[in-house]
Amino acid sequence: MRYHSPLTFEAASRVAAGASGVTRFLAGGTDVLVQLRAGSVTPDDLIDLKRIPGVGSITREGDGGWTIGAAVSGAALGATPGLVSDWPGVVEGMGLVGSTQVQGRATLAGNLCNGSPAADGVPGLVAAGATATVVGPEGRRRMAIADIPAGPGRTALQPGEVIAAIHLPARGAQGGDAYERFIPRTEMDIAVVGCAVNLRLDGDTIVEARVALGAVAPTVLLVEACAQAIVGTRLDEAALDALAAAARAAAKPISDKRGTAEFRTHVAGVLARRVAVTAYNRAKGNRAKGAAQ
Amino acid sequence: MSKIHVTTTVNGDAVDFLADPRETLLDCLRDHLGLTGSKEGCGTGDCGACSVRLDGVLVSSCLVLGVEAEGRSIETIEGMASPDGTLHPLQRKFIEHAALQCGFCTPGILVAAKALLEENPDPSESEIRYWLAGNLCRCTGYDKIIRAVQDAAAELRGAA
Ligand SMILES: Cc1cc2nc3c(=O)[nH]c(=O)nc-3n(C[C@H](O)[C@H](O)[C@H](O)COP(=O)(O)OP(=O)(O)OC[C@H]3O[C@@H](n4cnc5c(N)ncnc54)[C@H](O)[C@@H]3O)c2cc1C
Ligand code: FES
Ligand code: FES
Repeated sequence: MRYHSPLTFEAASRVAAGASGVTRFLAGGTDVLVQLRAGSVTPDDLIDLKRIPGVGSITREGDGGWTIGAAVSGAALGATPGLVSDWPGVVEGMGLVGSTQVQGRATLAGNLCNGSPAADGVPGLVAAGATATVVGPEGRRRMAIADIPAGPGRTALQPGEVIAAIHLPARGAQGGDAYERFIPRTEMDIAVVGCAVNLRLDGDTIVEARVALGAVAPTVLLVEACAQAIVGTRLDEAALDALAAAARAAAKPISDKRGTAEFRTHVAGVLARRVAVTAYNRAKGNRAKGAAQ
Repeated sequence: MSKIHVTTTVNGDAVDFLADPRETLLDCLRDHLGLTGSKEGCGTGDCGACSVRLDGVLVSSCLVLGVEAEGRSIETIEGMASPDGTLHPLQRKFIEHAALQCGFCTPGILVAAKALLEENPDPSESEIRYWLAGNLCRCTGYDKIIRAVQDAAAELRGAA
């Protein structure tokens, strides 16, 4: 295994594009090192991104949006009060990843690019409409996060492409987001189902919504029918029922040791309701989590 | 396999070693630097027995490569007691409360608990339990560990 620590994303991309064997980028390493240890993936070339200047920074842009460097850890997201207040759902999703020790290292881009359908950081980004700056042999491009997952362990990134940063849009007025997952324990487990909701209100009425489901399909799902079920409503009981039904209809899970397909489908509806209520309350400026509206 | 020369700081001392790029920081601490206080319980980030601080951040050293330590600062359990051997209050309270049996998890838990108390000098029981959720103990049932951390926290607050 050759270890590289380039000083620019362009140099990182050149190493990756020129490599012929198994190549991995090293951000927090909390997936890469586990796979190395298990012997499932031993890279020929390992490209550490953490020496690139600026990779550890979180920046609030002039328009109110946020730029998150490729090496920013989950713990660092949670320690940025402005980001927590704008995008609590994104932060709480990544905050569920692993232990305190894992939080000190694990990144959003690594969570995304490892390609687990159950990745906890990803539904929140998709619901937020986040994008990524991707650096590759052809130069830089912006991709929607929703377009990056391509299946378990796969992404739509081309050979040699690396994510330099993740961008969240400006929060704007009367918006709120939330993420929750179901696991059989209280900590340190992999999502059986995850759900993120991001919405915007005009008064009490939802005018925009994005609902993302994790762990119920080969990739995260952005479910348009869920959004339609609640846009134009005040999230009354009928809207919540329609939302849950749309989430269950969209879920195409497998059965495995964590849960049967039937159970996951049911839980997708339960979580969608619960998470929508939290996002709605946050949008109303009421941060009390889960309080019934 | 060509080795890489790594220069780093461990518990305040400048050190260097030759690392195979596949070796973890835990391997390097134990096998190249003779610092065997950090333990390997799992090697996959689940147990916390290998906990160290990397530039002040609590990490599992089994999930860090040795070569990543270049130019960084590392704190391990060996740096916790004073150079004259005086135990840190957490170490003393672990003994007083019998918060260890076989002791395999103890170095990692002490390092993790010290990081917690620096960030939050007065943690609630549930804050302690969540912070230490990545530190597994097969012997004690955790209760005595929690009491020891709470007692050490109280003593440290009193001393401050
Ligand atoms: C004990 C433990 C518990 C965990 N619990 C959870 C959990 O609850 N939920 C969950 O979702 N995950 C969990 N994980 C998995 C892991 O921590 C996360 O997926 C984490 O976010 C990965 O980020 P990283 O920075 O460590 O990635 P790395 O391991 O550095 O990289 C992961 C993958 O992404 C690629 N990559 C990294 N950065 C980039 C980039 N900038 N551009 C392109 N490709 C890149 C790498 O090539 C590699 O394939 C857990 C892991 C451990 C060890
Ligand atoms: S040995 Fe590192 S977490 Fe278990
Ligand atoms: S004292 Fe034996 S594992 Fe904790």
